[in-house]
Amino acid sequence: MTTLSKKKKHEGLITGPSFFWLLIFFIIPTLIVFAIAFKPATPFGGIGEGWTLGTLFDLRNPNYPAIIWRTVWLSLVSTVVCLLLAVPCGYCIARAPKRLRDVLLLLVIVPFWTNFLIRIFAWKVLLHPEGMLKQALVFLHLCSPDATLLYNPFTVLLVIIYTYLPFAILPVYAAAEKFDYSLIEAARDLGASQFRAFTRIFLPGISRGVWTALLMVFIPALGSYVIPDIVGGPGSEMIGNKIAQRTFVDRNLPHASALSALLTLAVMVPLMITLVNHYRQPVVQRKGKGAAQ
Amino acid sequence: MKRSRIPFFTTLAVLVFFYLPLVILSVNSFNDSRYGGPWNGFTVRWYVRLFQDRQIWHALQNTLIIASTATLVSMVVGTMAAFALNRYRTRLQMVHYGMIYSPLIVPDILMGMSLLLFFVALNVKLGLVTIFLAHVTFCISYVAMVVLSRLQDFDFSLMEAAQDLGAGHWTAFRRVMLPLIMPGIAAGGLLAFTLSLDDFVITFFVSGPGSTTLPIHIYSMMKHGAPAVINALSVILLLVTFVLVSASRTMREKIQ
Repeated sequence: MTTLSKKKKHEGLITGPSFFWLLIFFIIPTLIVFAIAFKPATPFGGIGEGWTLGTLFDLRNPNYPAIIWRTVWLSLVSTVVCLLLAVPCGYCIARAPKRLRDVLLLLVIVPFWTNFLIRIFAWKVLLHPEGMLKQALVFLHLCSPDATLLYNPFTVLLVIIYTYLPFAILPVYAAAEKFDYSLIEAARDLGASQFRAFTRIFLPGISRGVWTALLMVFIPALGSYVIPDIVGGPGSEMIGNKIAQRTFVDRNLPHASALSALLTLAVMVPLMITLVNHYRQPVVQRKGKGAAQ
Repeated sequence: MKRSRIPFFTTLAVLVFFYLPLVILSVNSFNDSRYGGPWNGFTVRWYVRLFQDRQIWHALQNTLIIASTATLVSMVVGTMAAFALNRYRTRLQMVHYGMIYSPLIVPDILMGMSLLLFFVALNVKLGLVTIFLAHVTFCISYVAMVVLSRLQDFDFSLMEAAQDLGAGHWTAFRRVMLPLIMPGIAAGGLLAFTLSLDDFVITFFVSGPGSTTLPIHIYSMMKHGAPAVINALSVILLLVTFVLVSASRTMREKIQ
């Protein structure tokens, strides 16, 4: 009994700091977002007294469905493209000889660690009306001198893919590195085509990495704000831009909260699924180890 | 058996895609034309201008203060969290795991927004302190995850062996476990430091007057002209990143 309570005390002692820190600075603030979504705004940029459903009704503003739809399609398309690129890349890096693999991995990791404002800005320089790419395209007669490469939804899509692709490649690589490639050879020996061996053996084998990659792109893409802000125009705003605009320009915090609450709910679904998946995994492994002893 | 060449060519194309904008940016940082237009001759004046900019130095100083303090605090708190998650399998740890994992996934803008509302509701003045609090919040999760993955590979029979040989619990922990876990804690700290240095979105929401960090300064330069100076700054930051990543990879290989 005393050892049990001592154990409990020890657990509480090492869990406490992070538990309370995240309770105060993560859980409570998130709840506050939901609460303030039901508060009226004051004309001076503050939060009014009492409770109202008015802010939520404001979300029916005719602009919003278009912005929400754009946010969803940009996130979905960028996720699909990132996965289509990440799977062959992850495979290629995992199967490369050791020295080449180290170089390739370094080349993928450097953009991953590079400041993301700079990576976005690099595209602005590249696509700038007087920039080199535009000049080259005009020179090759591939685009007209007055076409704009910047400030449209496709530029936003391109830069979202550029920004989050390393986040997709790394988990796919991690899974592909552990994959047992003799399984593919076995499938081929048994008469499976290259494509069939790939879809029926390799893809299921690295599914965990693909799933992580999917979340690593889709969720941050839903919350994009800087990318459309810098390379997008008025016709390529996403939910994140509206949240920032309501916060910093109009100073209507209840409205910004209502939008944030909406985004939080959208993110919650995939988040919960991963959490359950992730937490279950180590428990199963642990039980397996225990049974073996 | 013939292997498909598609993966190889995709990887090549992706690497070109990754580096083309960065290379053009670097070339442009030596271009003597204000808006990065056609080549106007070689110059280093953007670099000179950069080093004379006092605001940048001030912003860098703020960034380093926040990054180092936030890293220290999150290393301690995050490591303790990882030990708790690894050692106990209780219902509390299940909730704890959810709390640690969620900040890794939740988009930055939501975290920034919720912290801003939290500080506004409590009437806290926005500034370096609020940025520090926000950074520790997301850094804890990264440190905890990195240390946790290290702990999962740790062979606990080593601890038992040490205790069988007469070491007390604390001595065994300090002399056997800590040195073996240290590379994980250091890797977590390095990750936290870089994330704190780079963070823009969350910082932007919780910063106040006079607490400009480097990413915020870069953002305002992007918005209000001075593109050529950002090119020069970007090249320096790219070089720093490259050196840091290579160094941490060689260090890790030496340890293994």
